[in-house]
Formats: sequence, C-alpha cells, structure tokens
Amino acid sequence: MDAKTFDSKSLLDSLFENGILFESGIDGLYGRSGAFEEVIERFERLVTRLGAPDKATRIHFPPGMSRATLEKSGYMKSFPQLAGCVHSFMGGEREHAQLLGMMADGGGWTELQKATDVALTPAACYPLYPTIAARGPVPAQGLLFELSSYCFRHEPSKDPARMQLFRMREFVKIGTAEQVRSFRESWLKRGKAMIEQLDLPCEVDLANDPFFGRGGKMMANNQRDQGLKFELLIPVTSIEKPTACLSFNYHQDHFGRTWGLKFADGELCHSACVGFGLERVALALFRHHGPDADAWPAAVRDVLWSV
Amino acid sequence: MIDQIRSLLEQHPMIPLNFGVLADDANLYDAGLTSFASVQMMLALEEEFDIEFPEAMLTRRTFSSLANIADAVSQLTRKAA
Ligand SMILES: [Zn+2]
Repeated sequence: MDAKTFDSKSLLDSLFENGILFESGIDGLYGRSGAFEEVIERFERLVTRLGAPDKATRIHFPPGMSRATLEKSGYMKSFPQLAGCVHSFMGGEREHAQLLGMMADGGGWTELQKATDVALTPAACYPLYPTIAARGPVPAQGLLFELSSYCFRHEPSKDPARMQLFRMREFVKIGTAEQVRSFRESWLKRGKAMIEQLDLPCEVDLANDPFFGRGGKMMANNQRDQGLKFELLIPVTSIEKPTACLSFNYHQDHFGRTWGLKFADGELCHSACVGFGLERVALALFRHHGPDADAWPAAVRDVLWSV
Repeated sequence: MIDQIRSLLEQHPMIPLNFGVLADDANLYDAGLTSFASVQMMLALEEEFDIEFPEAMLTRRTFSSLANIADAVSQLTRKAA
C-alpha cells in the first residue's frame, strides 16, 4: 500500500493479498480479518468516548428494517437504485417442486419469491424516527442517540471504499432547529480533530446525496444551496476524488413531519445526524499507515489503543 | 403563460400548495414547497410544455416562484420554436 496504489482495483487487490479483506465472489461483499475488525472496534470506542459527555442513548438496530418504514421515509423517492428489499419463498409443495425444476433448468427462479415486510437498512438512522415518535412528545432539551448498524446499498463496485454491506455509526439529534444545528457544528469540529489525531489527511466540504435521475440533480442542487450536507473526505482510492468517511446531515423537519416528531406544544422537531463510515475509516488507516497495524506510527496507535 | 402554469400545478396531486391564492412572485418554498414536490413540478412542466430543463436550470431559484418558472419556461419554449 504505497503511493502507487492510489486506485481502487490495486488497493482492493493489495487488501486481499495482505489478508485484510477476503473475497466472497460478489463485488462489495467481503470478509474482514481480525486485524481489520480490531481497528473498527478501536475506532468505535474512540467515537463513543468523544461523544460520551453528551450522554446519548445507545441503540443497535439490526441490518433489516420495516419495509413500510422505509417506504414512508421517502427513500424510494430519492434512492430507488440503492434500496434492497428481502424476498422469501412463501409457496407450498407444488411451488417448491416448480422452484427446484426452474433451478435445475438453470433459469430464473426468484420470481417464486415474494417481498417480505423486511427491507435492508440503508442508513443507521432510518429505523430510529418512528421508534421515537411512538414514545410521545420530545422533551424541550431534545433527544440524542448513538446508533450502529450494518447498512446495505446496491452499488456493486471494485472500489473497496464502496461496499454493498458496511457499518455506519451515527449520532442523531432530534430537537429544535438551533439545537440540531449546534449539534452538527460541534461534530464538524470534533470529527475533523479526531481524524487529524489519526494522522490522516482530510478536508471538510459541502456535499450532496446521490439522488436518482434528473429530478435528483435538482434535489442535489437544493441540498447544496441550503448547506444541508457536509462530508469529511480522506483520499483512499484517489487523490482527486477523496472518499467521504464522515457525513454531517441536517434534515430540517423532514423526519419530524414524516413521523410526527413533535414537542409537547405541538411544534415539529428538526433532526440532524453525523455518520461514521467504519469500513471507510479503517481502509483509510490501512491505506495511509500500512497493512500491518502493529507497525503503524506510535502516535496513531496511542490514540486508538489507549481507548 | 403564468395562468396556464398556475392551473397546471394546482391540479397536480403531488404538489399540495394552494396556487390559486399565491401571488406571481410569492416564494413557493416559503409556502411549503418541498424538494420532492419541486421535482414533480419540474416533470409536470416538461410534459406540459414539451421542454427539457438543462442541468444549469435545475436549481432552487428556477422554481422559487410562479414568475421565475414562467421566465424559465418561456426561455425554453422560445428556443424550441
Ligand atoms: Zn442518519
């Protein structure tokens, strides 16, 4: 992992060769080594320690969520190309025989599956909002959560920083516009300081989500015009196009309105989240400090291994 | 032109704004236009006037008032004619 490996394919190959990631036969789905997982665990602890003074409530949702929740969230309006929905076989013996016949013929058989009530979680915070709305009014000081989840996005790629299944750790603030904006401000500072402590080159920039289609161009322009999304970028597979490793998102009252998240006086809540792409941060560390974590610079090891 | 646009948008089931009471230069976002509804608006206008908004025009400003929309549409229909 020297300066020459600044492209996706060769970085991926070198991760396989060094036994850091393992091939599965599908682009974007990889096995992780113990060393890789230990880096992620250490980084998660660092994040949690940094957020500890804010006393967030921790919730770990599974990587599958209610399909109805995903639909109501508006995800299919913006990112139909990334969504994944779980399908299962629900037929009887006759259909089972048919299915095996279709498989034996080497043709398609998945049409005999039907959509279940489960969709794959696309971002750690999606399952949170209806769960919180169901608990009644939001207290005046707002609410803060720390989440972690495997997430799915259908975008097969040879870029190891663009996995189809990856983990995202998030802090989510639900409160007034001022509360959630100052939450985001504080993490913009803390996030950058944290990554600099790990001796990784980074910059924070205005960003937009990969909204679908031409209408999506307009959504993206709107998002930029309003300064709703920032990303912390680290060069991983390219210097010109650095990888977004942290993201800082202000949703305005989108989720408040969608889910009826309100204060006791009926005022709608705003929300913001800061997301840490855990595999991406780990990849950035291996990319910049080398394949052997034991040989990383002492200062970096001190930060990660002292928590 | 503005009246044609007003009645088109008023009939659109996915744009829940009361265009009948909005002045030509009233800010539609202030009136509650969401990003998603503005995309629906763009698609409806393209179909009605047989135009295609170029990427440079797909901004918040283009769709921020009935007057701005009419400006953009007349620019594009003039080009097409
Ligand atoms: Zn989020």
